[in-house]
Amino acid sequence: MAPTDQRTDDREAAFYAIVDSDGRIEPRDDMPEAYRRTLIRQIAQHAHSEIIGMQPEGNWISRAPSLRRKAILLAKVQDEAGHGLYLYAAAETLGVSRDQLLDLLHTRKQKYSSIFNYPTLTWADVGAIGWLVDGAAITNQVPLTRCSYGPYARAMVRICKEESFHQRQGFESLLTLTRGSAAQKAMAQDALDRWWYPSLAMFGPPDTGEQVSGGHTEQSMRWGIKRFSNDELRQRFVDMTVPQSEVLGLTIPDPDLRWNDERGHYDFTAPDYDELFRVIKGDGPCNEQRLRHRVEAHEDGAWVREAAGAYAAKQQAKRAEAAA
Amino acid sequence: MSAEWPLWEVFVRAKRGLSHIHVGSLHAPDATMAVRNARDVYTRRGEGVSIWVVPSDQITASSPDEKDAFFDPAGDKVYRHPTFYDVPVEAKHL
Amino acid sequence: MTTQRYALALGDDALILAQRLGEWVARAPELEEDVALANIALDLLGQARTLLTYAGELEGAGRDEDALAYWRDDRDFRNVLLVELPNGDFAVTMARQLVFAAYQYELYDRLRGSADETVAAVAGKAVKEVHYHRDHATQWVLRLGDGTDESRRRMVAGLETVWPYVDELFEPFDGADVDPTALREPWTAYVHGVLAEAGLSVPEPTASRRGGRDGLHTEHLGYLLAELQHLHRSHPGATW
Repeated sequence: MAPTDQRTDDREAAFYAIVDSDGRIEPRDDMPEAYRRTLIRQIAQHAHSEIIGMQPEGNWISRAPSLRRKAILLAKVQDEAGHGLYLYAAAETLGVSRDQLLDLLHTRKQKYSSIFNYPTLTWADVGAIGWLVDGAAITNQVPLTRCSYGPYARAMVRICKEESFHQRQGFESLLTLTRGSAAQKAMAQDALDRWWYPSLAMFGPPDTGEQVSGGHTEQSMRWGIKRFSNDELRQRFVDMTVPQSEVLGLTIPDPDLRWNDERGHYDFTAPDYDELFRVIKGDGPCNEQRLRHRVEAHEDGAWVREAAGAYAAKQQAKRAEAAA
Repeated sequence: MSAEWPLWEVFVRAKRGLSHIHVGSLHAPDATMAVRNARDVYTRRGEGVSIWVVPSDQITASSPDEKDAFFDPAGDKVYRHPTFYDVPVEAKHL
Repeated sequence: MTTQRYALALGDDALILAQRLGEWVARAPELEEDVALANIALDLLGQARTLLTYAGELEGAGRDEDALAYWRDDRDFRNVLLVELPNGDFAVTMARQLVFAAYQYELYDRLRGSADETVAAVAGKAVKEVHYHRDHATQWVLRLGDGTDESRRRMVAGLETVWPYVDELFEPFDGADVDPTALREPWTAYVHGVLAEAGLSVPEPTASRRGGRDGLHTEHLGYLLAELQHLHRSHPGATW
């Protein structure tokens, strides 16, 4: 065996020793190139989801039906900008820049969660996003606070802490609607009808075939950047959500939903994965709109970013001159 | 793409009496804006009373390759830690 | 004692500007700025809620913050015209922010000494907030004014857009806790100082627009209110 190979083997062994003992990999540690690439893609997709996710809810800031709700929604959408920012920063520790990642988003080379390609048609959708979409996101994210990559895990700790209010405000908002007028209750049910299956689809395709053995899931689990399979997380979400829907007095649009005593879980109808793949590929109700909005904001801001950079360079030159 | 603002590391003092602790990073065109952005991004829930920002490329770090040389020698100097010393239980406030 | 009309005017200023700044969310030039603008909007919304609640109490007719925000028509809004202007580009927004935050700073600084305890308490909290808003706008006006040729051109245009709406801020107001005319001098000292540092000249005085305090607004306010109010009004008596 050539000496270089020996060194590579040692480094890989050191990496797996850390990962296998549930330790954390830090930015300057040696890591397999595939681990680094997978992490960049996963963190970037997560960051993109946060900033694209600002749009469907931001859509209702101007129309929020009370000043209290307006303040809550504004604070929530602001948090999402912050979360996107934390996540881009975590990805940047792996040797890519935010600009590069945004460019990959804008040119459709990287994805964001397909849930945000559905429209928010009524005020109740804002509550449904908080309750279901943030609920699903939290189910996904809590295990990531223990993921093997330190900066990602730390960003997730911060995000999960801040997001705890997001789901609660969504639930509270829906509860107010279901306890309100008939029109408000109908609005809440309509939102649940539209958001239920897309929320279930947020956990990704089912754990079958390639996905389970030898596929991405297995590799990611080996690396400690995924702790549970898609179906495990989906089940956990359903088990958590069904009793909440009963408190709300809303009906989950699934006639086959029922408690299975034997399994100790709810049985439920799987989401339409063909639809999920269609939306991921770009054929969702709002794909074009979301991306166009994002690209426009970025392009409209170019002259501002450039001006601030130019000002900083001028100031630096002035200081250098004064010091000389 | 060349116009990307530089990256800054943010350190926040949670309250008087504590050190500044690294909380994350952000982009800003210059130090003045970096401090302001840090306030908005990292202390909007009242997490701090003082902020430091440092350009990320100005940080000099120990190399992970030198880890053993840097950190292992300290590992056997147990006498630096108070628990190294046995004292009778009746001796208080030590 | 503070008049209901005065509390309403200050509350409306804050509410309408918060509504405008909220439009920037997910549209800012950089993520950090999304967070900053949302913070400012949230501060203003908080001020608006307290002031409108207080205006309702002073009126004594049982109207709360939402009744005042959602059930008045444009002719009953008392905000200055400046805050209802469309956002324009980032330079217009920053010009408006500088003008308005510098005004609010001088105002709240003095209102801290109001004999009305509620108003003094609002001002005590708000003065710290608007101090930050003023600084935020200052930093941007400096950078845009002395950045690139394009940013300078846009900053000049932004200042020209908002300048006709400056005079209205300092018009006499019957029953004000603090005489607005007294704020002009310190405001001028601050704002002109920033413009000088940015290498920008003070726009030439042109026509000055006024009427907001009497309910005579620009065409823009009707659309702003239509959006703000429609859902609430579609469900009279509902709780949210």
